[in-house]
Amino acid sequence: MAEASTARDVNAPGYTIRFALVVCLICAAVVATAAVLLEPRQAANARLYMEKNVLIAAGLAEPGDDLSIADVDALFNRYVEARLVDLETGELVPENAVDARAFDQRAARSDPESSRPAPANKAGIHRLPERAVVYFIRRDEAVDELVLAVEGLGMWGTMYGFVSLDPDANTVRGLTYYEHRETPGLGAEVASPVWQRVWQGRKIYDDQWRARITVIKGIAGSPEDDPLHVDGLSGATVTSNAVTNLMQFWLGPHGYGPFLDRFRNGEADT
Amino acid sequence: MSTVIGSGRPARFTFGPNERATLTDPLIANNPITVQMLGVCSALAITTRVDNAVVMSVGVILVAMIASLAVSLIRERIPTAIRIIVQLAIIASLVTVFDQVLEATFYEISLELSVFVGLIITNCMVLGRAEGYAMRHPPFPAVLDALGNALGYALILIVVAATRELLGVGKLLGFQVLPLTRDGGWYEPNGLMVLPPSALFVIGLLIWAMRTWWPSLVEKD
Repeated sequence: MAEASTARDVNAPGYTIRFALVVCLICAAVVATAAVLLEPRQAANARLYMEKNVLIAAGLAEPGDDLSIADVDALFNRYVEARLVDLETGELVPENAVDARAFDQRAARSDPESSRPAPANKAGIHRLPERAVVYFIRRDEAVDELVLAVEGLGMWGTMYGFVSLDPDANTVRGLTYYEHRETPGLGAEVASPVWQRVWQGRKIYDDQWRARITVIKGIAGSPEDDPLHVDGLSGATVTSNAVTNLMQFWLGPHGYGPFLDRFRNGEADT
Repeated sequence: MSTVIGSGRPARFTFGPNERATLTDPLIANNPITVQMLGVCSALAITTRVDNAVVMSVGVILVAMIASLAVSLIRERIPTAIRIIVQLAIIASLVTVFDQVLEATFYEISLELSVFVGLIITNCMVLGRAEGYAMRHPPFPAVLDALGNALGYALILIVVAATRELLGVGKLLGFQVLPLTRDGGWYEPNGLMVLPPSALFVIGLLIWAMRTWWPSLVEKD
C-alpha cells in the first residue's frame, strides 16, 4: 500500500478527476441497485398503508395498529366494498365492470385516456380522473359510512387523504392524511390523530348544499354550535387553507358532489 | 509493510487494550454528543420516542461503520483536494440505501423518520470519524472507532428518548408505564417533553450529571 501512494501522484489533476468519476459511478450503482431491488416491496407497503388509512378513516382500525396484508384483506372483505364513481354524472360504475380495489386513482388522473383537465380551483388540482374511488362501509346490512379519497396541494407537495362521512353524506365521521410533505411539527400535524378527531361531527354542507367546511384560524366551537368550522393548525396557515380548499373541491360539484346528491336521494345503486 | 500510522503495530485483527480503548472510549469518556458535542441536531429532532431513537441509532451505527471501512480502504488513494466530498458521497449513498431499506421493511417508521434519516448525511459525527480517524488508520481500527462512536451516540439518543417518552406521554416503547390522569391514573404528562427544546434540557442535564460523576470530563482552563 505504501507503494501505491508513491507510485502515482494522488494529487495530479487528471487522477483527481478520474478518481471522482469512479467514486460517483460506484455510489450511483449502489444507490440505483438498492432502489430498483426494493421498489416492489416499497410499493406493496405503500398500498397496504393506503388501505389501512381507509380503515382508520372508517373507524375500523387505529393509527397505531400493526396490520398485515392478511389483516387488511380480512377487514376489507368483511366491512368494505370498494366501488368507482363517474365524477361527472355521479353514477356508480357497475360492480363487475372493474376491480375498484385495485384501481389506481393517481395513475388514472395522470393518464390522458382516463382524465380531463380540472376546472379552475384553489386546491392545486390540474387534472381530474373520470372515475374516483368510494368505499362503502357496512357493519350490518345498510351502508353506514362512505369513505372518499381526497387530494390537493399543500405547502410543499400534494397531500393525499381519506374522509369518512355518515350516511347523510354530510356529517364527518373521520379523516386521515396518509401521504404529505408538510413541515414536520407544523403542517405535518394534518396527519395527527388528535387534530383529526376535531373533525368528527362537523358538517360539510350549508343549508344550500354548498360545501362550506372551513379550517379557521384559532379554535372552532363545538360540532353542534359551529358545524362548518374546524380548528386551525397553529403555525401552518398554508396547510390549513390547503385542507379547506381540497375538501371543498372534492366534496363540491366537480368532485364527489353529484354522486353524494344521488346517494342522499337514494338514487345510487348500492 | 506495516501501515498503521502512529502505532507501528503490524497485526491488524488483534483485539488488545488499544482496540478496546478505541471501541469503549467514545461510550462515556469521549462521547460524541455529550463530550465532543457532535450530532446534537438529530438528537433534538428524533428523541421523542424510543423506537424512533433505536431506528436512528441502527442507521447511524451501520452508516458510520461502513463509511469508515470504505474510507479507510481507499484512504491512500483519495486525492487530498476532494477528500471531504468523497467521504460525503460515500456517506450520502449509504444513507440513501438505508432509507430505501427502511421504506421496504418498516414503512410507517420510515414515513416518520425519512426526513431525519436524510440528516445522517450531515451528522458531523459520521463525517468526523471518517475524516478524523478512518483517513489515517487501517480498516479494522477504523471500523472499531466508528462502532464505538456510533454506540456512544446511540446510548445518549436512547437515554434522552426514554426520558422524554416516559415524562412526555408516560410510555416506553409505546407501552403505557405511567397511568395518565386522563385515563384515571396518577401521572399528569409533561407536554414540554414532547417538544424539541426539552431534548436540549435533557442533554444539558445529562452533560452536567456526567461531568459531576466523572470529573475528568471537565475541560481544564
